[in-house]
Amino acid sequence: MKKILVLLLLAVFGIYLADVLFSLEFGKQFFTDGVKDFYLTKGPLDLKVSNTITAIIVNFRGFDTLGEVTVLFLATTAMGGILYKKRHKVGARSVLFPSSQIVMAGSKILFPAIILLGIYVFVHGHLTPGGGFQGGTIIATGFLLMLLAYQDYTVSHKVLTIVESLAGITFVVIGLMGLIKGSTFLENFMPVGTLNNLFSGGLIPIIYIVVGFKVGAELTGLIYTALHEKD
Amino acid sequence: MIIYLIFLFVLLALMVGAAIYSIMQKDLLYAVIGTGVISLVLSILFFILQAPDVALTEAAIGVALTTIIFIITIRNTVRYEDEHDRKENK
Repeated sequence: MKKILVLLLLAVFGIYLADVLFSLEFGKQFFTDGVKDFYLTKGPLDLKVSNTITAIIVNFRGFDTLGEVTVLFLATTAMGGILYKKRHKVGARSVLFPSSQIVMAGSKILFPAIILLGIYVFVHGHLTPGGGFQGGTIIATGFLLMLLAYQDYTVSHKVLTIVESLAGITFVVIGLMGLIKGSTFLENFMPVGTLNNLFSGGLIPIIYIVVGFKVGAELTGLIYTALHEKD
Repeated sequence: MIIYLIFLFVLLALMVGAAIYSIMQKDLLYAVIGTGVISLVLSILFFILQAPDVALTEAAIGVALTTIIFIITIRNTVRYEDEHDRKENK
């Protein structure tokens, strides 16, 4: 009986989904008018941002980005809170991946390059594909490499907390300054410069650098906590 | 154009194959590698479909971070799917 009910529900879902999928023709442009023209013209012209996606994410829909950052922060906090009581003392690992001399030397060479790539990605977020989230994740991957290669490599939790908190506060303060100086939260109040320059886009590079620091610190803390969990 | 479409369908088939593999696999470590393959192919597809921002995110988070967190979890818990039941039955 239960299975029949589930199958019936799935069939209804399938019919609706198939209807939607078959009514869309492959490659046909549907949204011929709407908000997209506004984004495509206002991004490069008024804000002087060549990567329109960044302009949408950080400026036009900046409040959503604040929500995303908060969600990531909450997830990290929850994981840290669950694993906190069961943590080893500083230095002791729960998972040991034994590594050879070659791996250790190689990761020591690769680590600065990965960090530099991450910083490049989030500093140039308004010019090239990428941005705060991507750059922060790349930086966390670099720390992950070092944590896996060296068994006594530690990251200071205090520094991570300070970086993360300062970045979050800066984001909110910038948004509130837009509210005070202009009319809406996260409104641009700085000079926008010229198109395709590094110093262009007003608030967008600042916010993306802040987001990059925040995401990098959060994910590094997450990996560190997961590696130091005790059974 | 035809070659392009064939390439696209090969990638899609690879994705579906990796997904089925990671569901069927009893060894959880191999299943995690299967999900990593899904993310890798998905990021290539995003890049072909002209969404490099999403491709970067998918490559960094899906391939590197999620896989590593799952591997750490497997090292801390059990590796085989039925190992957990076996431990409980004892």
